[in-house]
Amino acid sequence: MRDLTDRALDTANGLGAEYADVRIVRRLEESIAVKTGRVEGVAIGETEGFGIRVLVDGAWGFASSNHLELAEADRVAGLAVRIAKASATALRNRVILDGRPAAHGTYETPLTEDPFTVPLETKIDDLVTADRLAAEVKGIAFTESMYAAQREWKTFAATDGSFTEQTITHIGAGVEANAIEGDEHQRRSFPDAGGGFSAAGYEFIRKLDLKGHAEAYAEEAVALLSAPQCEPGRRTIILDPSQLYLQVHESCGHPSELDRVFGTEASYAGTSFLTTDKLDEGFRYGSDQITIVADATAANGMGTFGWDDEGVAAQAVPLVKEGIFVGYLSSRETAPRIGRQSGGAMRADGWNRIPLIRMTNVNLLPVPGKSLAEIVADTDDGLYLASNRSWSIDDRRLNFQFATEVAYEIKGGKKGRLFKNPTYTGITYEFWRSCDAVADERSFVMLGTPNCGKGEPGQTGHVGHAVSGARFRNVQVGVGKW
Amino acid sequence: MVSRPMDTTRDDPAADSLRLAEDVLGRALQAGASEAEVLVTGDDSYLTRFANSEIHQNVAETNRSVNLRFVDGRRIAVLSSGRTDDEGLRNLVERAAAIAKTVEELEDWAGLPGPADGSTVRPATTWAAPTADATPELRAEGVRAVIAAADDAGVVAYGSFSTGEDSIAVANSAGIRSAERRSSAQLITVSMSPGGGNGYAEMVAMDASTIDAAAIGREAAAKARASDNAVGLAPGDYPVVLEEYAVVDITDMLGYLGFSALAVQEGRSFVEPGKRIGSDLVTIVDDGADTAGLPMSFDYEGVGKERVVMVENGICRGVVYDSQTAARDGRRSTGHGLPAPNPYGPFPLNTVMSTGTTSREDLIAGLDRGLLVTRFHYTNPVHPKLAIITGMTRDGTFLVEDGKIVGPVRNLRYTQSYLDALSGVSAVSSTRKTIKGFLGGAVIPAVRIDAWTFTGATEH
Repeated sequence: MRDLTDRALDTANGLGAEYADVRIVRRLEESIAVKTGRVEGVAIGETEGFGIRVLVDGAWGFASSNHLELAEADRVAGLAVRIAKASATALRNRVILDGRPAAHGTYETPLTEDPFTVPLETKIDDLVTADRLAAEVKGIAFTESMYAAQREWKTFAATDGSFTEQTITHIGAGVEANAIEGDEHQRRSFPDAGGGFSAAGYEFIRKLDLKGHAEAYAEEAVALLSAPQCEPGRRTIILDPSQLYLQVHESCGHPSELDRVFGTEASYAGTSFLTTDKLDEGFRYGSDQITIVADATAANGMGTFGWDDEGVAAQAVPLVKEGIFVGYLSSRETAPRIGRQSGGAMRADGWNRIPLIRMTNVNLLPVPGKSLAEIVADTDDGLYLASNRSWSIDDRRLNFQFATEVAYEIKGGKKGRLFKNPTYTGITYEFWRSCDAVADERSFVMLGTPNCGKGEPGQTGHVGHAVSGARFRNVQVGVGKW
Repeated sequence: MVSRPMDTTRDDPAADSLRLAEDVLGRALQAGASEAEVLVTGDDSYLTRFANSEIHQNVAETNRSVNLRFVDGRRIAVLSSGRTDDEGLRNLVERAAAIAKTVEELEDWAGLPGPADGSTVRPATTWAAPTADATPELRAEGVRAVIAAADDAGVVAYGSFSTGEDSIAVANSAGIRSAERRSSAQLITVSMSPGGGNGYAEMVAMDASTIDAAAIGREAAAKARASDNAVGLAPGDYPVVLEEYAVVDITDMLGYLGFSALAVQEGRSFVEPGKRIGSDLVTIVDDGADTAGLPMSFDYEGVGKERVVMVENGICRGVVYDSQTAARDGRRSTGHGLPAPNPYGPFPLNTVMSTGTTSREDLIAGLDRGLLVTRFHYTNPVHPKLAIITGMTRDGTFLVEDGKIVGPVRNLRYTQSYLDALSGVSAVSSTRKTIKGFLGGAVIPAVRIDAWTFTGATEH
């Protein structure tokens, strides 16, 4: 690897780059798809290549190739420099990077049981057994279950002498049961819509215990068909971790990305209401129950690594402290513009994409005091919402609307009957200010999503969110007409 | 089927890809495959991104990958690899053969499609040299034209200009040999005005030389200026005129939720042949041969694309098929397969909605009191079977009274059945735009709809 990274950097340097970095990435993926008790597909994919990012005349250029050869490194470095020079023809502010120390070392995701050495038959059997338990429940129309594992070997080198090597492994699985009757289509997913994911080995899948939960979730999907519609109104709601993590993702994680704040995602995903004046003024983002940290060192998080894709060491960056907005997810280019050092959040989706500011593990910290069960017991009249079904938020991350798979009525501190088709909506900061209870560490769990989209060309990010569950008051449930 | 006249010169990446596909196919059959399919995709793509009226990202990618569907009786393994050297291909085939022995049989496996499956309708062309030859300097020139238009209007420009070509080749043991080059270019821009207004414009074409960057810049800039100082509007039901950029979300979402044979077979689609789901003015087809879009001759199984009428004058007519869903229904594929393995089912990649007879001005003139919507943002199904979708308006929403634009309004959230929306279409524009959809190109008119349910508001 070193000969190729050296060659790429030397060539870029020789062609006038004032800074260059190169990443060689090999990615191995394995997935199993099961539908209604039978294996629909086993897929294994492998991709390998390198990308060179250069700064010339204060402007960025990037080029990439899957041909790992020295001559190709010369061609790609040359192309990156040419592209940067073209960028410089429409440049108003030169890029200035912060002065992070050169990065050196290795990092590897800690795991117990390597998913790529567990026999395929075992993985298929575990998944099919669980799927069939769900599929055999009376009233289930179809089931979909998935297993996925990904490993990346990533070498990073830069003209400042940085050289790091990382091996990062992510794994996930889930069972989804679908019940259909007339126009009604109800779904329950375990452990979470789209599956549960972790930076871990196959021990994570064993611990999930898919087959121990599949049947009960399928029964709930069938029960939802005849459950009453969740009526609209202003309600107290408690979000289960399986929904709360996505609320954090959409309404805190994305608006905290400093590139969005500076407009560089404006034409695609949008901008952010968390403008820099709000950092200066100490904007009240939420109630004093709300403390949110972007922690790239958290155990088992899909946003955990040794260094980001600019060679900045993993760190925990406070975003919201007891309700006050205090920081951003940032990069070497954006952080100096607010007088800070990069928080190490630049991540690329493979060798053929540039790093962008991405979430690491954006975690809502637990609050000592009450467990999630005790918060339910402390609620006289409300709804307990679990597992996301749909999500939408405006282009500045203010107006959101989520639907969950299920709502449980809470009466007199007890979870009771089911409601189908629950939705809730609000304005981000009003919603977080309405939080009067965050559960303690007893339900604090690392979740995450493997499909966070951002950027052009599109990139898919793996990000983590550790949450414990929380209660919100006076929230608009339902959308009035439906 | 060879779906295009093959250019056998060494410079044709599609011919190179087909040679590679045939090589891997031979290796798979030699390794004991009873059937095999090899999809080779090559990609040379470039994207220049701008924000705050300057270029801030500028990228290039060269990539090629091999996707092998290895069939051992009724056992199937799918492997893909970016390695195309001899050792990489040997590993790919050996691993596929080993995995295929470990998986369960698919009882209803119908076999790979052959040359007789699919249509012979072909687009005149799927590739344009100016797109393949587009340079970083050409894209920068286009971006500068957008920025100049923004500067002239006193607004700030954001967006991207992408150009690229794909080479797609499929070879399978049933005799399919399909290969072609496809090119596409897209310029999008959002203009932001100091008065808080936003505007959007987009142009997509097979031929990059037809992209008029200055015109796109002017359209977005004018829209941004016009949407300055937006005021709040109470949510509720309003008649709307949806510009093409918004309508494409309806056609895409309905394609995803309903117009796939797999969705019908699984009972999660709203589609029933003969069922009315739209007004007489609504006709939606999938047509890979329409060169107004981003044409393609065949799907990712190598099957020739058939023109599929999904909605004709408001009536559901058909859905798109791949080879597996076609076999279940005892018919042939329409050429809408995605790369294996594909749990999502077939997908319409070339949506074309018919024009009407109404000018853009008359679409608006027909509103007594309603909204003109430029574009939707972050849409997602709330109730899939009723096609109830939620999302936000974005980049220019205007109140119209007595047929005239009164002024801009702040963005609104909607929760709306897209099927009810089709039923409420009262006018369709006489012109269309080509727009990039979820997965392919779409040719889309603007429409007027009698009622649209807005359920919330935001602060901008």
